[in-house]
Amino acid sequence: MEVLAYLIPISLLLGAVGLIAFIYTVRSNQYEDPEGDARRILSDEWDDKPKP
Amino acid sequence: MTAQVTPARAACPGCVATAAEPARLIPEDVQIALSLPGIHCSACISTVERELNAHPGVEGARVNLTLKRAMIKAKPDTRAADLIPVLERAGFEAHELDPGALSATQSDKAGRDLLMRLAVAGFASMNVMLLSVSVWSGATDATRDMFHWISAAIALPAIAFSAQPFFANAWSALRVRRLNMDVPIVLAILLALVTSLWETALSGEHAYFDAALTLTFFLLAGRYLDYRTRAAARSAAEELTALEVPRAIRLVDGSEQEVAVANLRVGDLILVRPGGRMPVDGEITSGRSELDRSLLTGETLPIFAEAGLRVSAGEVNLTGPLTIRATAVGEDTSLHRMADLVAIAESGRSRYTSLADKAAKLYAPGVHILSALSFLGWYIYSGDIRTALNIAAAVLIITCPCALGLAVPAVTTAASGRLFRNGMLIKHATALERLAEVDTVVFDKTGTLTSGTPELTNLGDHSRADLEVALALAEASSHPLSIALAKAARGVGIKPAILRDVVEVPGYGTEGMYQEQRVRLGRAAWVGGKDCEQTAAWLAIGSQTPLRFTFTDSLRAGAAEAIAAFRKAGKDVILISGDTHPAVQALADKLGIQNWIAQALPQDKAAKVQDLSDQGRHVLMVGDGLNDTAALAAAHVSISPASALDAARVASDIVLLGNDLSPIAEACETAVKATRRIRENFRIATVYNVIAVPLAVAGLATPLIAALAMSTSSITVSLNALRLR
Repeated sequence: MEVLAYLIPISLLLGAVGLIAFIYTVRSNQYEDPEGDARRILSDEWDDKPKP
Repeated sequence: MTAQVTPARAACPGCVATAAEPARLIPEDVQIALSLPGIHCSACISTVERELNAHPGVEGARVNLTLKRAMIKAKPDTRAADLIPVLERAGFEAHELDPGALSATQSDKAGRDLLMRLAVAGFASMNVMLLSVSVWSGATDATRDMFHWISAAIALPAIAFSAQPFFANAWSALRVRRLNMDVPIVLAILLALVTSLWETALSGEHAYFDAALTLTFFLLAGRYLDYRTRAAARSAAEELTALEVPRAIRLVDGSEQEVAVANLRVGDLILVRPGGRMPVDGEITSGRSELDRSLLTGETLPIFAEAGLRVSAGEVNLTGPLTIRATAVGEDTSLHRMADLVAIAESGRSRYTSLADKAAKLYAPGVHILSALSFLGWYIYSGDIRTALNIAAAVLIITCPCALGLAVPAVTTAASGRLFRNGMLIKHATALERLAEVDTVVFDKTGTLTSGTPELTNLGDHSRADLEVALALAEASSHPLSIALAKAARGVGIKPAILRDVVEVPGYGTEGMYQEQRVRLGRAAWVGGKDCEQTAAWLAIGSQTPLRFTFTDSLRAGAAEAIAAFRKAGKDVILISGDTHPAVQALADKLGIQNWIAQALPQDKAAKVQDLSDQGRHVLMVGDGLNDTAALAAAHVSISPASALDAARVASDIVLLGNDLSPIAEACETAVKATRRIRENFRIATVYNVIAVPLAVAGLATPLIAALAMSTSSITVSLNALRLR
């Protein structure tokens, strides 16, 4: 049962990481143009990052 | 101009104005928005962005394929008119959008807020579920207590954050002593948390932290779906509004100045070019032209306009430039007063109770009474508050309106998505339910059943030589009748005759010299013809008797099919128009409509619709003009085409995006199906409750059973809704 002492914090941490990553994507407007982003990946003219 | 018509957007012209003012003082980068209806692939994106970025006035451009729109950051003196030709050369259709009218979509704070809460509830419920599964699969004693405490530590802050919309709604309902769907939700969540905390503190066996969180998660998912559907409709409706950039040309000391319509004042001199729409009410001070009033009155015949004539906002100038002096601007224009009429009529419609409200009215008290009764029963039977409270909480959670919360939004999302693909925009939340009840359909004529563009009817009556002259004259003008004549003549392979000195006389017609004879094409009085009731243009060659070209308004694509489909479905079709008797009768005969009314004033239309409603009919009104707005608002449900005036679009529940009318009949079928699915969903939710509630009341429910009942009912309801796609 001592293994729980590691597993529970790890599971909570992973959950938190997922949540923070999701919040980051929402904040940086990554769901504004889902269709365009799906096509852009095929374009040869890549840009460094999505412009604001 | 368009922004002012919308009562809900009343603040907007102001914000456009304030946004423009500082830009004039400090030269700053400007935002330009372009609508690009034709883009569809990755090559389009890169071409558009490359072309725009190559333009010296552009700082940066980004295409949004989902919205089919380009946002451009440009140098202060760059204007959309400079960029549109660049894109047209590259083969893309582009239209300027008014960034002021679009602003609401850009900062979509409410949607983002809901998404964030949904995410927190989702992640928290996953973590708690992980711990709960360990408890259900056999964790005991200290381990179980520890798991419960950790669950509590996650659930309490997560619910405090993510369930806020429900708390707020429930509070606002309770404050006015009413019950809505959110009251039992909040009670279930809070009671579950309190009893679970109590149980945990006493090392009890059952804790409902996971149930409280999944309940919040599913309900937020329903809310988000609902919000998304309406946001999509709103942004498309906004784009229609934004396409009409509210600008006017003001004459100051003889020089032209482009200003926002919101900045026009009474007494200003305004130049309206051919093809332009009157931005304000006023009086013509100079110029001669013809005015198209069809959007305001439904008349198809253009009227002659010269100095001294009073004009109303919304009329379209056809042939010559006109200078008008503004007599009423903004909210005082007749256009705006009409919109106020709509606001009054609309308050009647809000009395409609949606299926969800009806369900909530039955459901909320029922659940509360059931839960209170089981609490009392168990308290009397066992004398133990803890057991009684636990069971009351279990009853509340199991009867959770989860499936009820998803039942309506899941169906409306699926149905609106399907209709949107067919070119219909559902603006109002209960529009689908109301559309399903329709038994009478009232159509407007001009601009709705007809496309508003004339069509030549007697091409065969004229000799080839005459047609050649007529074509040559017609091509010198952009008057709708000339364009129709030219199109018809070209269509049968006529070549224009060679004329000299062709000039357009605004308000009258075109004239020129043909083989040393003067030729004229235009109004009856000017050419020498007789006035008649039909739309007609006259051609005079020298001193010969003038020839008559008659026109009819061409039928909109899909009109005949839509009417046939309505009749087949057993609905009454009525045609009400402000146009003249012969014109309306001709169209009614063509489409086989027996029930028609001509020369109806706007009040007559609304009165007729009201009359039908009083007879217990559910009226669907389809119309586009300002004269239809009151009728649109008075009807049970209303549809307007995208070409309609802004006021009409605002007054209607559904906007038809394409030119084709045939989707209307199909929409009625989809609406009927959607309502059936909603009822089915309510039944599914009830069945789950009928099975699970006795268990809960008997005290046999465990958190595992609660979790299973909740998830399966929510998933079945969503899957049932998806069948509609």
